[in-house]
Amino acid sequence: MPKYLSLEEKSAIIEKYANILPLSIIEELKEKISKIEITMEDLERILQEVIREYWSSLVEPGEPVGTVAAQSIGEPSTQMTLRTFHYAGVREFNVTLGLPRLIEIVDARRTPSTPMMTVYLDEEHRHDKDKAISIARKIEMTTIENVTKSVDVDLFTSSIIIELDSEMLEDKGIEVDKILRNILKMKRVKNAKIDEDSPYIIRVEFEEDVELGELQRLRDKILASKIKGIKGVRRVIVQKRRDEYVLVTDGSNLAAVMKIKGVDYTRTVSNNIHEIEEVLGIEAARMAIINEIQQVLEDQGLDVDIRHVMLVADIMTRTGSIKQIGRHGVSGEKESVLARAAFEVTIRHLLEAAAKGEIDYLRGITENVIVGQVIPLGTGMVDLYMRIGRRGEK
Amino acid sequence: MSTGKKIKAIKFGILSPEDIRRISVTTIITSDTYDEDGMPIEGGLMDRRLGILEPGQRCPICGNFMSECPGHFGHLELARPVVHVGFIKIIHNLLRAVCRSCGRLLINPRSMKRYLKLLKKLEENWPVLAERLNVHILKKAMKTMTCPHCGERQYKIRLEKPTTFYEERKEGIVRLTPIEVRSRLEKIPDEDVKLVGIDPDHSRPEWMILTVLPVPPIAVRPSILLESGVRAEDDLTHKLVDIVRINERLKENIEAGAPQLIIEDLWELLQYHVTTYFDNEVPGIPPAKHRSGRPLRTLAQRLKGKEGRFRGHLSGKRVDFSARTVISPDPNLSINEVGVPLDIAKILTIPERVAPWNIEELRRYVVNGPEKWPGANYIVRPDGRRVDLRFVKDRKALAETLAPGFVVERHLKDGDIVLFNRQPSLHRMSIMAHAVKVLPGRTFRLNLTVCPPYNADFDGDEMNLHVPQTEEARAEARILMLVQNQILSPRYGGPIIGGLQDYISGAYLLTSKATLLEKRLASDLLATAKYDDALPEPVILSPKVYWTGKQLISLFLPPKLNYSLKANICQKCAVCVKEQCPHDAFVVIRRGRLLAGVFDKKSIGAQVPESVLHRIIKDFGTDAARIFIDNTFRMFTCFLEYRGFTMTLDDVEVPAEATMRIREILEDAYDRVAKLIDAYKKGELEPIPGRTLEETLEMRIMEVLAEARDSAGEVAAEYLYKFNNAYIMARAGARGNILNLTQMAATLGQQSVRGQRITRGYKDRTLPHFKPGDLSAAARGFVERSFKDGLNPIEMFFHAAGGREGLVDTAVRTSQSGYMQRRLINALQDIRVEYDGTVRLTTGDIVQFAYGEDGVDPAKSDHGKPVNIDKVIERVLGHKAVI
Repeated sequence: MPKYLSLEEKSAIIEKYANILPLSIIEELKEKISKIEITMEDLERILQEVIREYWSSLVEPGEPVGTVAAQSIGEPSTQMTLRTFHYAGVREFNVTLGLPRLIEIVDARRTPSTPMMTVYLDEEHRHDKDKAISIARKIEMTTIENVTKSVDVDLFTSSIIIELDSEMLEDKGIEVDKILRNILKMKRVKNAKIDEDSPYIIRVEFEEDVELGELQRLRDKILASKIKGIKGVRRVIVQKRRDEYVLVTDGSNLAAVMKIKGVDYTRTVSNNIHEIEEVLGIEAARMAIINEIQQVLEDQGLDVDIRHVMLVADIMTRTGSIKQIGRHGVSGEKESVLARAAFEVTIRHLLEAAAKGEIDYLRGITENVIVGQVIPLGTGMVDLYMRIGRRGEK
Repeated sequence: MSTGKKIKAIKFGILSPEDIRRISVTTIITSDTYDEDGMPIEGGLMDRRLGILEPGQRCPICGNFMSECPGHFGHLELARPVVHVGFIKIIHNLLRAVCRSCGRLLINPRSMKRYLKLLKKLEENWPVLAERLNVHILKKAMKTMTCPHCGERQYKIRLEKPTTFYEERKEGIVRLTPIEVRSRLEKIPDEDVKLVGIDPDHSRPEWMILTVLPVPPIAVRPSILLESGVRAEDDLTHKLVDIVRINERLKENIEAGAPQLIIEDLWELLQYHVTTYFDNEVPGIPPAKHRSGRPLRTLAQRLKGKEGRFRGHLSGKRVDFSARTVISPDPNLSINEVGVPLDIAKILTIPERVAPWNIEELRRYVVNGPEKWPGANYIVRPDGRRVDLRFVKDRKALAETLAPGFVVERHLKDGDIVLFNRQPSLHRMSIMAHAVKVLPGRTFRLNLTVCPPYNADFDGDEMNLHVPQTEEARAEARILMLVQNQILSPRYGGPIIGGLQDYISGAYLLTSKATLLEKRLASDLLATAKYDDALPEPVILSPKVYWTGKQLISLFLPPKLNYSLKANICQKCAVCVKEQCPHDAFVVIRRGRLLAGVFDKKSIGAQVPESVLHRIIKDFGTDAARIFIDNTFRMFTCFLEYRGFTMTLDDVEVPAEATMRIREILEDAYDRVAKLIDAYKKGELEPIPGRTLEETLEMRIMEVLAEARDSAGEVAAEYLYKFNNAYIMARAGARGNILNLTQMAATLGQQSVRGQRITRGYKDRTLPHFKPGDLSAAARGFVERSFKDGLNPIEMFFHAAGGREGLVDTAVRTSQSGYMQRRLINALQDIRVEYDGTVRLTTGDIVQFAYGEDGVDPAKSDHGKPVNIDKVIERVLGHKAVI
């Protein structure tokens, strides 16, 4: 009868190889081995075999992994869609997807064309729809306009009459008093009071010298003023995802949302990469780039290895700040004059190089192609070192 | 490479006036180019010392013939200095940052010392930071309005684009002439120049003001002889003539003591010509035009842009030993081969060095000469002299003189390695190495399975072929680039080469349970697949002997192959019964024998990871995979040829009953749409939050119609015969899908533009056949008929509108994604894996410590995973492990 290993023994043996094999393999091994009866010898043989296969799947020195990554992302992008589509399940707003989104990510735009957040909730709020809605209310930016039925400008008395929508007020959980107080705090407003006829009509009076044009502007300003919620979050939608409620927002303001009580700030994400960098740091931004690119590729049904995406994210973030893929970022900061000149804005780079007396050490790829030399990649990276005359000495 | 000379670095700088005079072989004194006899004038712009024009002449300066002499610079002494447009911004900054009287940088002496020290430190280790410091110093200096060195008050200096400076003194605005500008720049000490990031040794600021203009050699601006015998000069020469002419006039006027006004006008004109000579697209001034009105292509225009010197000639070069022609398919070639037309094989050559073991063969080639294949086109003697075999009378005698050390440039022959390429070259599989197979005809022939990596089809596509000329290049091509070594794509770690279209239909039909093969056919099939062993035992013995397709396939599977998967035809039942699958959709291979299931896209398809084909490549190597694809795939198409495979109108015919049901579904949908419109008009429609009423209506209508299309399709699918050829193609994944079939059989459904129903055309309606404001399905592009029924004119119009959008989309997309890929490549191309496993830029900066966090090459991975642990366990434990 062969002696089978116990679960702990299996784990311990596999664990021994933790410094040789990557974590993902160790984890998978543990899981798969735990399901079978196995002897010590067999397990060792499996491990040796796994190591052998792992080693044989390593990248070769000199491999142009950058070019391969660029091709692996660029080539399938020809097959992507151009238009914006409804986000999975949320038909309330459009989200940029496909090629435009991918270009947006590698461009490292300050703000995405459709900023969005996925806000996760803490244990207390995530299972109850009403509680989720209550948080959504706190987050969603509500302006006076959102709860207004109609606005009139009384030219005779230079005042504005705002009729509020009682249903909306209730829906958003806002009291008339709060609005009144907000209006009173605004500039140039002399007085604001609730009309005698209806509790939902507010009459706003201004200082004497307000002109007609300014009155219009003041009206717009009052209407656009925030009563509650977070700046930049235009709309919040409560969504059920598997066993929990999640808030999806139109507009992004990560720092503010993370401060809201009831929000699980460890999982909440934005699709604005620069915002993530500011709030959570460059490593988080790198991860965000990876996730966003993967998301785009996945939505389009394209199969691209994550390692390529990681390399793109790494080159964009390696200096500690987000760099665009293009002339204002990675390509524009290359060491080589010729490489920069060959990419874009040729003349400026050449003249600047002349003024600065720059030296091109021909270490990159383009430079060597330009001067007609072997490129320092793959088989071109190999050098032969030979000590001449050594043989005779011995 | 073989010369052993290597450029280590290139230093950039500005030529000083002395430099310009030193490299010059002559000074240009006249704007005339040729005399009456058409001979170049000495001291003119076409002076023979600047370079020779015709082959056969010797250069008077270096004594070389035209092919060796690169030409020589001349120079022009400018009567008055002019500024160089390209440096205008730097000059402006310097003027503002420097004292107008003492020429020192406007930074107080103590900070200056500090900055200098800091700069030195930064330059050594952090050049990027040094640059930032330069900018900081410059900005600070420009803000200072009193000189900390001599106390002189500074004034604002304004740049009037493109090349004029004004100083806003308190007594009024004064124009700074280039002479004044130059004298100010001259005063800046070297130390101060360094602080703003300019290298004073190689580019003194005053050199940015030109006093001497270098005149480029004629090789840079060759004149062309037109058919009429008239000489047409290059744009640059035209421009230079202008400069010289104005310069002459300016000089004469100065010497004659002409009024200041005239001199200034001429000076201005000289500045204009010099400016446009450098860059003819400077904003703010009219571009210099050719007589015909075409803007001149001057220095800057020559360099920049896609067709400029850099991208057009330096980053991409033209090559010899290449060929291009139309491609066509040949299933009898190996995937590693390419069929090369005989005519091309007689032009492309490979240099082969004569050695004792090939001398007889090469002699034969020489005797055959350039006309008869396999022959040779040239011989290179050991002394380097080339003999063109076209002009050799007695090739036999010449062949006898061959000896080791000679090189024969022989014709391409079978087995030679060449590179094959189809543009756009989007990934590395767009250029692969093939072995030559010389064939009659005029097209390149290739195996159909290599179409996906090239993204090629045969509707007129052309491809390029290159012949590597050195042993190193051929070895690299053969080992790294051969098609069989590129089967696994680095993009996703799966095969990019595999079965497609008819191969899949054939495989499906051959392996399906219903297929029984009699002896004759089985033998034929095996013969096309180059099977040369005995027939296996037939599965059915009586009444007749029959073999199954599965049996035949098993003969080609590696004997150790164990694998199972769900086929493409899988119905996705709620509970999978695996081996007992009633559709035969569960593929089981044990010990190299196909026990159950059919081969279709999931087993042998191209661009399908985790297929049977993928397992063969991973576990048995690329040779096994190549043999499998070459031979077995031929069997699939052979079977199709035997069985016959076509698609007819009947394949999408549905019975009257089905048509009735489809009609009902559509009628019902129209009703619901009408109701929705009604509700909308009455204002009873409930809006979706965040959407307007109109948007809501559109969305709801589209939902209803999409649903109708789907259920109509389902009805049609129900009635379609499951084993007709069209259906087989869709299910096996060979071509088309069920949606395509229902569009043919049932209804085409909603046509859309920009994801919306079609709305544009006339005011409030799509076509004059409808009433304005008609929102019904038919009026907004719902096509009720099927392709088989035929579309009515209105429907055809809507369909065309949708189709056109698709075409436009593709056109826009290719340009956008092309540019994105160019940027990606440019940003990432300097990244490589070092011997220590780190990922670095070629400058040595680390990007990743281990590639992809685990150091695994996706091309060598198993669909992204480094190791297929299940396989390892199975291999070590045998079948014990299968629980």
